[in-house]
Amino acid sequence: MLGVKLCGIKLENPTVLASGILGVTKEGVDRIGKAGAGAVTLKSLCHEERQGYKNPAIIVWEKGMLNAIGLSGQGISNAIKDFRRLDDVSVPVIGSIFGYRTEDFAHVASEMSKLKPAMIEVDISCPHVDYGKPICSDKELTMEITRAVKKNTKIPVSIKLSPNVADIREIAHAAERAGADAITAINAASGMAIDIDARKPILSNKIGGVSGPALKPIALRCVYQIYDTVKIPIIGTGGVSNGKDALEMVMAGATAVGVGTAVYYRGIEVFGEICKEMQEWMKTNNVKNLDEIRGCAHK
Amino acid sequence: MLSLELNKTEMPKVLPIVGAVREGKGQKTVFVKCNDDVKPGQFYMVWIPGIDAKPFAVSYKSKGELGFTSQIVGPFTAEFDRLEKGDKVGLFGPYGNSFTLKENACVVAGGVGMSSVSTLIDFLKNPEIIYGARSKEHLIYTKRFKNKRITYCTDDGSFGRKGFTTEALEEALKNSNNKKSSKKDKNKIKIVYTCGPEVMMKKVAEICEKYKVGCEVSMERHMSCGFGICGKCALNGKFVCVDGPVFNAKELKKLSDFGKEARLKSCRKVPLSEYHAPKAH
Repeated sequence: MLGVKLCGIKLENPTVLASGILGVTKEGVDRIGKAGAGAVTLKSLCHEERQGYKNPAIIVWEKGMLNAIGLSGQGISNAIKDFRRLDDVSVPVIGSIFGYRTEDFAHVASEMSKLKPAMIEVDISCPHVDYGKPICSDKELTMEITRAVKKNTKIPVSIKLSPNVADIREIAHAAERAGADAITAINAASGMAIDIDARKPILSNKIGGVSGPALKPIALRCVYQIYDTVKIPIIGTGGVSNGKDALEMVMAGATAVGVGTAVYYRGIEVFGEICKEMQEWMKTNNVKNLDEIRGCAHK
Repeated sequence: MLSLELNKTEMPKVLPIVGAVREGKGQKTVFVKCNDDVKPGQFYMVWIPGIDAKPFAVSYKSKGELGFTSQIVGPFTAEFDRLEKGDKVGLFGPYGNSFTLKENACVVAGGVGMSSVSTLIDFLKNPEIIYGARSKEHLIYTKRFKNKRITYCTDDGSFGRKGFTTEALEEALKNSNNKKSSKKDKNKIKIVYTCGPEVMMKKVAEICEKYKVGCEVSMERHMSCGFGICGKCALNGKFVCVDGPVFNAKELKKLSDFGKEARLKSCRKVPLSEYHAPKAH
């Protein structure tokens, strides 16, 4: 009933662990797959080892989460030794990659492919990295990186976009033209929180990425617009906390639904619970599969 | 139900330090006014605004005050060591699970790991305590626990007996196991709680298994959040912040990382010796 096909990959259900949540170890993502996620995304890896920012790196306020981990990661070469392979995890694994220059993306994509992930996600949209505005605010650069990644792997590639751009449709279209197999939308939106007693921004990096419930309407709008613009599938990500949110994403046009911050609110059981909530609504409304309602909000 | 869950927040309580006590060389306790319901074993992310935040066990809990004890191991703890009354710290938490609080307990602590079991000692009825460090100057709370049933061990013999806590524990369990009569059975050790260097805790867990005594271990790993999101405190498939920090030794035995390897801030897995190497930056 909930099964979907994403770039030829069969997912038992549309929920996908979003990148950055618990996905630093193979055992961690395996546990989340067993808890009910349809697929799992690793935390992004680049060509070098990164410590990330100092703490506080993650806070949660009344309407959502704000994080600036700073793309910490062991780097692709250490990850290859650590994970050895990714095709033996309980569910399909999406390997998330990033880099500073186009050649870094190309190199990491080629190395990541050795681990045999089901898909490669390309993070060109982090809201709080050293290089300032997200790469995907530049249409030409988005195309250049997408082409370079595609040239260096045979595995399906999804380009992860940011809401912090003038027109996300243009960027999605550029990624599709450059050969992307899917779009992941969206990464966290840029934000800040200040502690009035400390009189300072709480995050050590001052600026971080907003996720969770506050991000959902923005994510939904982006997915809706991208669905209108491209033919490739969308992994709709941003603030999905329950079955209703997930159904909204599908109705906006998403093939799969990213779930990240909701793990904080509902634990790793959230994947199974979201599926159950989706199924209940589908039964009540006599919907047999998600193809029946995908993109229906556009009609 | 979901709307209730969505009310959870993780924001700092920024509080002035009401007291700062030097425990020993490079060791300091700071106190803040806080009425949180915190159980022995739980921890906070303690934020020094503008610097960093790290996980700390509650080392004192009394009269609406909480205490946190640190030992200098790197730049953050060096900053912590400079904190004085009136400075502000932010608390995120309390986080994690807690010790089971069984009686007839033996507490085995090593070095500044004592600060993670000190409120447990306060809570328990007359526990047997085995406390070790490299030398006298690395022991904390010697005045605080002077009326307790405590055996000190130092590597160099500068205080208490010369030798390791694990040797003292083995002796204690041997004696305790020999107590056959029902009268003495009251004093038989039924559970061992431990916090200190991980190699010590691994040995403690092995000794407890040998003598068929329950054992709970308080673990430490690098954390960016403390509430089960960043994933950095992975101990194989478990997360120290939410699945721990207190683990049953039986559970730890199944985790190959225990006593062997840990992940750095970058998540690269390294041998424990590298994980605990003095931090240069």
